[in-house]
Amino acid sequence: MKLLFAFISVVMLAIIPSIGIGYAGMQYVFGVVVPYVAVAVFVAGFAYRVLNWAKSPVPFRIPTTCGQEKSLPWIRQNKLDNPSGTPGVVGRMALEILFFRSLFRNTRTELRKGPMLAYGSSGWLWLAAITFHWSFLVILVRHFRLFSQPVPPFVNVLEGLDGFLQIGVPTLYITDILLLAALLYLFIRRVAIPQVRYVSLVSDYFTLFLIFGIGLTGVLMRYFYRVNVVGVKELAMGLIALRPVVPSGIGGLFFVHLFLISSLFAYFPFSKLMHMGGVFLSPTRNLANNNRMKRHINPWNYPVHVHTYAEYEDEFRDKMKAAGIPVEKE
Amino acid sequence: MYDRGKIIAGLVVFAGLTTLPFWYNIGKARVRPDPRLDTPAIRQMKEKHCIESKRFMIEYHMQMLNGWRNAVVRDYKTTYVSTSGQYFTMSLEDTCFHCHSNEKQFCNQCHSYADVKPYCWECHVKPGEEIAHGQR
Repeated sequence: MKLLFAFISVVMLAIIPSIGIGYAGMQYVFGVVVPYVAVAVFVAGFAYRVLNWAKSPVPFRIPTTCGQEKSLPWIRQNKLDNPSGTPGVVGRMALEILFFRSLFRNTRTELRKGPMLAYGSSGWLWLAAITFHWSFLVILVRHFRLFSQPVPPFVNVLEGLDGFLQIGVPTLYITDILLLAALLYLFIRRVAIPQVRYVSLVSDYFTLFLIFGIGLTGVLMRYFYRVNVVGVKELAMGLIALRPVVPSGIGGLFFVHLFLISSLFAYFPFSKLMHMGGVFLSPTRNLANNNRMKRHINPWNYPVHVHTYAEYEDEFRDKMKAAGIPVEKE
Repeated sequence: MYDRGKIIAGLVVFAGLTTLPFWYNIGKARVRPDPRLDTPAIRQMKEKHCIESKRFMIEYHMQMLNGWRNAVVRDYKTTYVSTSGQYFTMSLEDTCFHCHSNEKQFCNQCHSYADVKPYCWECHVKPGEEIAHGQR
């Protein structure tokens, strides 16, 4: 049901521009207005979410410690898994962000005959996740060829590596295949494993379908139902120069692609896709474990009204004496 | 706000990267591809048309040429029947370059604009270039 709802939503998103372009001639709306709004929502919403997070105090150091803490000089510290200073934290964060280290540690628990409890490494999720994320990044950077004139050399290098196999014309990009394959795996995993299906929400399926739709329309446009790339680039260059033009005869499939991307951009700040910014702000990763070296004062500490014993005695000395209670100061 | 410096710096980097296309092209001249059809062969044509419709050629010429290459090299099929029923020899040099003899003003216009680097010229000789002795 959730799956169906997400699927229909994405299909609707694909149909909207088709109708708008095909019957209403709204090229300018879908080619110019929607992308501008989407990018504005994306940047502003992203900043809003991050600033909101930054308002939450982190009173204690709460890094997850996965190795030996800094201790006596003859005990070897695990600097990456239990960092005590900035370099260690930077290394730990880099491994987390670039290689998803904590996901790599994913384990699976099985009850085997005996009965015997068995633990094993479970790397498939990590493999699909890292394949998907890196492919998506490479594809995003490759698109810079449509947004720059002249095209910077690093984009050419990336295109060369990605199209290394030289299959067909236009050359098959390896990341196109990898992205769709990884997404397919992530989807099948969600449906096939009962526990994962149980915890899956509409937003999980929606994101998968949306990105799959973007990838699919892109692949279709490149390899099967071609569109006029020069027209597409003229549109893109007009957008970034703030002098938008919509060249005629681009092809409807492009507008579906563009609208799905705009949807992704606009949806991003409101979704769990914000893990893109959130990963940098995870207190269990980005804090150094220096609780015993530095004093960390709770940032929301307020002045506490205390009534010391000395003050108490001053207040009640006469009565204490009268009752025969010993006092410290006569 | 806590860790103000780091948060602001991170957001500035984020916004900068996201809007990079906007910054990257500031002050750069806006060029438009201008493929020219002004060659002697085309000038002599009464009805100026390519072997297929203009739109098809714009969108699919690379796949057509790739199909031609496979057909000629692998299957030795050298005749192409167009949608309108005309026969053409599948040959880049004899058919395409017969009219489009201006590689710089025609092919390269869009290819360099869209950053496409076709590997035609690894085997083929560019139109108008001298063929070195012993080749072809």
